[in-house]
Amino acid sequence: MLRAHGLACDRGDRRLFSAVDLCVSPGEWLQVEGANGAGKTSLLRMLAGLSPAADGHIEWDGRPMGEARDDYHARLLYLGHAAAIKEDLSALENLQTAAAIAGRPLDEATALAALRRIGLKGREDLPARVLSQGQKRRVALARLLCSQARLWILDEPFVALDVAAVTQLCGILDEHLARGGMLIFTSHQAVQLAGSGATLKLSASTHPRAGAEPREVAA
Amino acid sequence: MNAFIAIVRRDLLLAARRKSEVFTALFFFMIVVSLFPLGIGPETAMLRRIAPGVLWVAALLAAMLSLNRLFAADHQDGTLEQMSLSPTPLAVLVSGKVLAHWLTSGLPLVLLAPVIGLQFDLSARALGVLMISLLLGTPVLSLIGAIGAALTLGVRGGGVLLSLLVLPLYIPALIFGAGAVEADVAGLGAGGHLSLLGALLALGVFFAPWAATAALRIALE
Repeated sequence: MLRAHGLACDRGDRRLFSAVDLCVSPGEWLQVEGANGAGKTSLLRMLAGLSPAADGHIEWDGRPMGEARDDYHARLLYLGHAAAIKEDLSALENLQTAAAIAGRPLDEATALAALRRIGLKGREDLPARVLSQGQKRRVALARLLCSQARLWILDEPFVALDVAAVTQLCGILDEHLARGGMLIFTSHQAVQLAGSGATLKLSASTHPRAGAEPREVAA
Repeated sequence: MNAFIAIVRRDLLLAARRKSEVFTALFFFMIVVSLFPLGIGPETAMLRRIAPGVLWVAALLAAMLSLNRLFAADHQDGTLEQMSLSPTPLAVLVSGKVLAHWLTSGLPLVLLAPVIGLQFDLSARALGVLMISLLLGTPVLSLIGAIGAALTLGVRGGGVLLSLLVLPLYIPALIFGAGAVEADVAGLGAGGHLSLLGALLALGVFFAPWAATAALRIALE
């Protein structure tokens, strides 16, 4: 279970958001919404442990993040804006390398099956450089199919996907939730997911950071 | 350990797919070294005298060439984030990247040096010492270079800054590396210099990955 309390994020001397509370239990999803620049990606990076929170604390299974970090990272799958796809490697090599870095090496048969299921049949050995934007995204999403992680943090997973792929991804997310997985994602589109879930709306706060000089805002 | 091997394998694979980058550094080394005999003329005594320094300086510069790409590509495409989220410590993965960098940029120089060294009329024995000194010294270049590359990650115009940062740190390796060959040519025995170079390598293997990791964490925030 991931629980966060009073999270805040600063960008320069502007406070992006503050006092964000959230809690995700097994089988639950959380959709983070907000306008461009509201700090969705910053919140997700914070939750993944990639950047420190300006304020507040995060707990994993009841333990503070500082203590639980190794256990947390072993059970976390984070897919950011940048999909970590190497242009010069094939879809298969990309998937296998990503899995090995995440500590769960895949044998070739499993990796091939995942790529076929995600709709890349016949393109497994093409270098990622010749794949379209959506297909590259699919290579990244193929990791979800082989993942045993309990918590998925996905930044804009639906970007660049066609309608069929969006439906398929929803199915994959539903399966994950049905297995008792947890999911945090951002999306600008309304998504129908099974299981219980919540929406967190980030509104760009206009409060200056505590202690910083208030700035004049042009009308 | 699996992740370490995966990183080394991936970086070697990427280097094999983009051979031009490897060969650029190699040809740079060959050409810079070859310019000296052409410029100075066929005075064998003089060439023998300057050979160790020239070869080592050229090796430093060639190792510099590929440094700014060490982490930049991984930073850009998000691989570095994935590496820092890996259950394997980031320092281990960074060591894997440094090893792959040495295999593609340092090792070819070691193998090429005796052939290039012939232009300087070095004896077979001196060429052997040169090879050993480069074998011990080029990994130090990759290790120190990794710290510099991590520190300048994401900095605009980082390439020039990287050279300014890293080249002074290369001085000990240069002194002992070139010194080993000079000492051998002068008949003093290269043992002392090579031991010091080995000590530098041991220190570097131990501390450089941690230092580079600390710098990468700052860049990732």
